[in-house]
Amino acid sequence: MTAPEITAITAQNLVRRFGNFTAVNDVSFTVQKGEIFGFLGPNGSGKTTVIKMLTGLLPLSGGHATVQGIDVHQDPETVRENIGYMSQNFSLYSDLTVEENLTFYGRIYGLTPERLRRRIDEIVQLNGLGPYYKRLAAQLSGGWKQRLALGCAMLHEPKLIFLDEPTAGIDPVARRQLWDLLFDLSAHGITFFVTTHYMDEAERCSHVAYIYFGKVIADGTPDDLRELPEVNPPGTYRVEISAPHVTWALRIARTIPGLRSATIFGQSIHALIDDRLDLDHLRQQLLDHGIVVAEIRPLAPSLEDVFVELTYRHQAKQAQQAAELEAPSA
Amino acid sequence: MLNPFRGFRAVFYKETLHVRRDFATLFFSLIIHIRQINTVVYNADGRRESRELLDRLKNSDTFHIYRYVNNDHDLNDAIIAGKCRVGVKIPVDYSDKLLHGMSAQVLVLIDGSDSSVAGQAINVTTAIGLDESLRRVLASSGVNFAVEMRPKILFNPDSRSPNFFLPGLTAVLLLNVTTFLTAFSIVREKERGTLEQLFVTPVRPMGLLLGKLLPYLGIGFFELSMILCAMRFLFRVPIHGSVLLLAFLSLPYLFVSLSLGILISSKAVSQAHAMQLAFLTILPSIFFSGYIFPRETMPKFFYVISYFVPATYFINITRGIILRGAGWVHLWSDALALFLMGSFLLVIAARRFHDKVITA
Repeated sequence: MTAPEITAITAQNLVRRFGNFTAVNDVSFTVQKGEIFGFLGPNGSGKTTVIKMLTGLLPLSGGHATVQGIDVHQDPETVRENIGYMSQNFSLYSDLTVEENLTFYGRIYGLTPERLRRRIDEIVQLNGLGPYYKRLAAQLSGGWKQRLALGCAMLHEPKLIFLDEPTAGIDPVARRQLWDLLFDLSAHGITFFVTTHYMDEAERCSHVAYIYFGKVIADGTPDDLRELPEVNPPGTYRVEISAPHVTWALRIARTIPGLRSATIFGQSIHALIDDRLDLDHLRQQLLDHGIVVAEIRPLAPSLEDVFVELTYRHQAKQAQQAAELEAPSA
Repeated sequence: MLNPFRGFRAVFYKETLHVRRDFATLFFSLIIHIRQINTVVYNADGRRESRELLDRLKNSDTFHIYRYVNNDHDLNDAIIAGKCRVGVKIPVDYSDKLLHGMSAQVLVLIDGSDSSVAGQAINVTTAIGLDESLRRVLASSGVNFAVEMRPKILFNPDSRSPNFFLPGLTAVLLLNVTTFLTAFSIVREKERGTLEQLFVTPVRPMGLLLGKLLPYLGIGFFELSMILCAMRFLFRVPIHGSVLLLAFLSLPYLFVSLSLGILISSKAVSQAHAMQLAFLTILPSIFFSGYIFPRETMPKFFYVISYFVPATYFINITRGIILRGAGWVHLWSDALALFLMGSFLLVIAARRFHDKVITA
């Protein structure tokens, strides 16, 4: 029944209401096979609700979704057979050993004993869990728990894996290793649907969507998003200003006309400035306040810049709409 | 392809691992969880036998002897003032009665305002009383109960035969353990987030619930047979009816308590919360089931309530079979009532489980 050229996920005009509250409002996106799809958004923006809808846990209030070519509404059971899912708290049984956790999830998916044996061997090899095989899950560190959880999610060889904040609370080394593993698996044709808060992780995804209060407000490759006209308004450009005392420098910089927005990044300031603002002038104004600028150089917007900019615009649009609604009655 | 019990065997496998790994903690954390209840003691007897009994109370770790008093008034006062939750009065003739092979009585006053403490105090004092009796019975190989613990709510004396008490205890303990264990096993998965994980696998809700219930049904049966053995061979309570019938009729009762456990787990957000809710169900089983107060002596209101308490029917079954040698003809209506209750509870529980847990 699976056609050769189907997408991993299609979501068309998804709507989910809880009473009067609309948690997911007309959300559409498409995930191609083999993509690492980053699904981003602040807490409470509807990320988890969308995952629950795509995995058939929550009925759709409107719209249509297919996962691996299967209609989520009509056949949620078959959807769940064909996906893997790893939640942010790794969902392991801490009083069971690594082996027992793997065995349990393998049986859940109805693997035959031979296939289960073979898959456990493969996963233990892939994830390097060998030395911990007989250990209780409770005794593993965060990074190892996460590898075990990922192992449990891919025992039944799903072609699509949902990872809900897979790197929350684990150390940078384990984080790097997980991403290396994801790239590796993705090269073998496995699709990943990843939610994350980390912008550096978003930059690694091959496709990103940003959801804000139930609506998708950005969708594309990270490079596409960086070039959006909303993010790069005509007549402006972005610079990175390296200077000592950045907090003080930021306060001064924000008073300079022609500087549209500025924020601190480590030991420097990222600013969006008008073309008409002369860089020497900017440098001089800061110097007048005793700040010696080390370097000013042009900068491409980061994904964080993109999402912040789009969020502001979205908020402004909503406020405007609300005002227009009120105006006639007043 | 659509097997509604999908995943049952996997869950059963896992659940048995949990039980095996955590056997001791599972039981003792449930059964003895409240410790060091402040207790006031009026030891009117004061001789060696009475002091031994007090030592046993202290060693149970449930009671902390806060104060000794010398009259009834001070005993009551300490409880009314809220300084102590439990009062123990050992009458002046305690040692005498024991030494003459008669049944001695100990008064245990329990503050019912904290339900969980009250339930715990009843269970532990009862257990100690039985244990103490057992030692003396064995020592003197007499048939009478040597010590009878008499748990009761303040100022409402009531006298019963000791044989009447054990079959009732079976019902209360069985409910206690199975409801707790079921509720806990599900709420624990809620807390850990593993339940959420299970729902995105092909496990069907019925497979999940059944896989969880069966191991605890097994434990319930094991417990029932332990209690029956102890009652028959240690306490020498004769069983006049058929043990097989009793085992069979305990099925609908276990069904009720397991369903109750699921219902509780669908509401509770944490293990502590589940514990509170479980006590809410256990106290009526103690007070309104005829276990402590004969139902006939209850005010009309509580008498009507007692019809809605599952333990009422099971106590009728255990007492019927054990004491009166009743058979299927006499007890089928009780079994039917339990079965209907269990079905009703399971439907509500399954619906709540679906609405509040899966799609929440």
